[in-house]
Amino acid sequence: MKTIMTCVLLLFSVSVNTAQADDDTVNKLLQDYATQGVLSTDEKQGEQLWQKIFKGDGEFTERSCTSCHTRDLTATGKHIKTNKIIKPMAPSSNAERFTDSKNVEKWFKRNCLWTMNRECSAQEKANFIVYINKKIKF
Amino acid sequence: MKSTLAITAVIFTIGVVTLPIVWGDNDFRWQEMNEYKNRSTGVAAVINPAYKEECGGCHMAYPPGLLPARSWTRVMSGLENHFGDNAELDAAAYQVIIDFLLTNSADNSDYRRSRKFSSSIASGDVPLRITETPYFRHEHDEIPDRVVSANPRVKSFSQCNACHTRAEQGSFNEHDIRIPGYGRWDD
Repeated sequence: MKTIMTCVLLLFSVSVNTAQADDDTVNKLLQDYATQGVLSTDEKQGEQLWQKIFKGDGEFTERSCTSCHTRDLTATGKHIKTNKIIKPMAPSSNAERFTDSKNVEKWFKRNCLWTMNRECSAQEKANFIVYINKKIKF
Repeated sequence: MKSTLAITAVIFTIGVVTLPIVWGDNDFRWQEMNEYKNRSTGVAAVINPAYKEECGGCHMAYPPGLLPARSWTRVMSGLENHFGDNAELDAAAYQVIIDFLLTNSADNSDYRRSRKFSSSIASGDVPLRITETPYFRHEHDEIPDRVVSANPRVKSFSQCNACHTRAEQGSFNEHDIRIPGYGRWDD
């Protein structure tokens, strides 16, 4: 009986995990930020920072997340320098998003540095995530 | 009748033998046939998954056979400012990628075109860009600005695959060139 119960529980947990793989990654990231002092998230602030234009230098005097990702999170973007196609940011349009927390952090580091000339704070990253994750394609 | 057949056969054979040479490249040299194990007119294709993922995430995954090992070493030593972008890698990915680049670099490759890149560079020079190498410049010196930098669908010579349709497979054959908005290129 005990063995059967364990098997059932095991099966249940596996099916839950596969069905909510994306949420797991998002939750893991948000928990990490919580340990860094983030008490709440703000989707609106995420959106505002995403669209904010920062002063750059060299070839690109104006920089924003939207420079490459466009203003529409469900649309395909294009690398402003190399023309490389960038798949949509919203998980609703691109199931690969938020499936690997290490990958998310890597791109936060690279892209915050390019856009704002500094790394993003835990609060800013948390706001970005809730903004991007909720974006539904109509 | 018999002699006509024989002549036809001879002409046909010559055609079949020389066709790949004529098509392959217009600066073919017979003596080079023995120098390189690999007689392809291209460079080795990019097959390393980590390289494709990490480097190909932002730009075309340039075949390592387009720059010598000393250039790749220098590129990889400055990833925190990689042509204006942060492209730092974790230690594991860094090692896999630098090994791949050095093993397949232009000076370590037996592909004909890689050797041309390598031998065109003076021994003291360490170009950071493929477009700075003398062989690259020589091959592109007749290409007018209007089809590349002034062409919004190309923008820069760094976008190999904008015109070289099989660049990522390592082929830079003239017959694979399609310039967006202009079509084929024959010189």
